[in-house]
Amino acid sequence: MTRITCTVNEQTVVSEVDDRTTLGDWLRDHLHLTGTHLGCEHGVCGACTVWVDEEPVRACITLAAAVDGCRVRSIEGFEDDRTMAVLRESFSEAHGLQCGYCTPGMLLTAHDMLTRGRCENEQQIRHELAGNLCRCTGYTGIVNAIVLARDRLAASKG
Amino acid sequence: MKAPAFTYHRVETVAQSLERLRQFADTGKVIAGGQTLMPILNLRMAAPEHLIDVSRLSELREVRRDGSHWRVGAGVTHAMIEDDRIADFTKGYLQQVAGGIAYRAIRNRGTVGGSLIHSDPSADWPCALLAIDAVAVVRGAGGEREVPLAEFQTGLMSCAIEPDELLVAVRIPQLSESASWAYQKFCRKVGEFAHSICAVVRDPEAKRANVVLGAVGDKPVRLPRLSDALARGLTIQDLASERLAETVQQDLVHAAQVKPGSYAYQLHHTMAMRALGKALQK
Repeated sequence: MTRITCTVNEQTVVSEVDDRTTLGDWLRDHLHLTGTHLGCEHGVCGACTVWVDEEPVRACITLAAAVDGCRVRSIEGFEDDRTMAVLRESFSEAHGLQCGYCTPGMLLTAHDMLTRGRCENEQQIRHELAGNLCRCTGYTGIVNAIVLARDRLAASKG
Repeated sequence: MKAPAFTYHRVETVAQSLERLRQFADTGKVIAGGQTLMPILNLRMAAPEHLIDVSRLSELREVRRDGSHWRVGAGVTHAMIEDDRIADFTKGYLQQVAGGIAYRAIRNRGTVGGSLIHSDPSADWPCALLAIDAVAVVRGAGGEREVPLAEFQTGLMSCAIEPDELLVAVRIPQLSESASWAYQKFCRKVGEFAHSICAVVRDPEAKRANVVLGAVGDKPVRLPRLSDALARGLTIQDLASERLAETVQQDLVHAAQVKPGSYAYQLHHTMAMRALGKALQK
């Protein structure tokens, strides 16, 4: 067992974790933050994407013991985030989801893409999204939703 | 799909890592970003009893000039290189390679050293760094030793490092103003392991000319005839010549052991010609 202290969605958490527990399992089973979904559990599907120190990472191939001292942000930690609010609205309107399994990972990845300015055109969006699999939508709705969110954010800024 | 049980040890210095490695010589494994090791553990393809986490070692994140080379810490992540958070001394070569590795979430944690150590035959850094004549810097109880990348990878997912040694840095030559490079890879899906890679680095001032093929056999292969042709001043016009076609064929068949007429042959041939074309255009 390893003792860790970190912040999860701005709350300080102190926890004893089994050494082999991944960040994804810890968030779900110990903190009951079940918005983080586990799909492939070997870093391919992107469903488990969360932020560690403001950067997206795969929670299924990151050890909980390794985030000691870090800032963890899961999909539950974006209630007051404007970019995320616009993304959620756009995903809903543009059919960016069907079953919803990939959605938390999609939203966290899309937020990071918007922040880094990697949503210039459809081609770039599809390239950046390659690490997040969706088995329902065929991606067209997701790409449209990100374009919509990008344009809405730009319009409200200007 | 859960990792087998192990004991986790976080270390703060290289000295502590070496001490742990000596202590757990046969049962320990170093973890840095974990972007190769964690999938391996989750798939239960390895079962170390002890994991030694070196991801907090500041020394492994250092990048500094070292004569004609740059010493890049083994713990530097792909994203740090992609975002230009380290100096650009290769005219953008390392940046292009880094930006094409897997996906952003992987690049945020995965490290240059981890990629070299795991020695996946289709990984980017073993191929890209071989083409630029990089040198692995390995530290053990007796001090540091340097291993040219040409000797570092010994085969399929194996490299020339002892169980009680730590890869601390990679020495990468600075490219001259007149140098040119190309890095071409073929993936059916963005971010997956490549089906073929060709890296070309040409730096006449440093007498460096390498054409390296990756995702072929059990480790990247330097194509000797093409590299020689490049050193002797190959031009873009020569790419259409019959003589060059013969050289490419000989290298693919004899150096890279690719079966003529196969799908793999077509793929490697295409990557090699594209990479040469790009490098000679620059």
